[in-house]
Amino acid sequence: MTPEAVVFWAFAIVTVGSAAVVVLSRTLIYSAFALLFTFFGVAGLYVLLGADFLAATQLLIYVGGILVLLLFGVMLTHKIYDLDLRTETTQLASGLIVAAGLFVILAATALRTQWMSVPRTPAPTTEEIGRLFLGQYLLPFEAASVLLLVALLGAAMIVRRRRDA
Amino acid sequence: MIGLQHYLVLSAALFSLGILGLLTRRNAVNVLMAIELILNAANVNLVAFSRYATGNLGGQLFGVFVIVVAASEVAVALAIVLTLYRLRRTPNLDEADILKG
Repeated sequence: MTPEAVVFWAFAIVTVGSAAVVVLSRTLIYSAFALLFTFFGVAGLYVLLGADFLAATQLLIYVGGILVLLLFGVMLTHKIYDLDLRTETTQLASGLIVAAGLFVILAATALRTQWMSVPRTPAPTTEEIGRLFLGQYLLPFEAASVLLLVALLGAAMIVRRRRDA
Repeated sequence: MIGLQHYLVLSAALFSLGILGLLTRRNAVNVLMAIELILNAANVNLVAFSRYATGNLGGQLFGVFVIVVAASEVAVALAIVLTLYRLRRTPNLDEADILKG
């Protein structure tokens, strides 16, 4: 095996294994911490694919932001002295059938399709991404910033205790 | 030799696990984690296409937008979950059936 294959399989095992723990673990805290390893694994795959900027963004926003938010959600929706944070699953058998069927269909499609092949030679991407954001993709970039502002305002409005209600 | 299809199958596995979590978990925070898995699977696909199939950076830019949308989605969704918990004292989605006729 080439070194690239070794690294790919290592990250793939970490990612899919911890994602399985996220989905199947019976304890909510275990799911949250397994999600940490999934995000790290995906960031490693980004590095392997030559997406250095996106890997750093993944670590900063997913691990530093979204995961912390989810942990807040875990803490705030359970009584803090309730050590037994168990969550039940429902319809496990039918869910497994649907998910397995979906995986077979997607994997078969991925393997049987003749994909277009124009490989990009890995090179530092940050400067080029910055140029594209402020050039060709300026309108989606501005729309995303407005979306972030609106989402944060909306989140604050929803959880606010209303005096008049 | 690792190619595009390896990444596509990996991302299909992540996506299916996310769907499994979405269908089987009762806890709202756990459902949010499953949604994050699905978004990450989509992102792996986009970056893999950018590396192997299109030859430009478009896929990575879409990946950045997906991360932005995921951040705002999780903020709003957690606000809703906290409000639900305050009203019904439960994080379980199937107990939030006030609108049921």
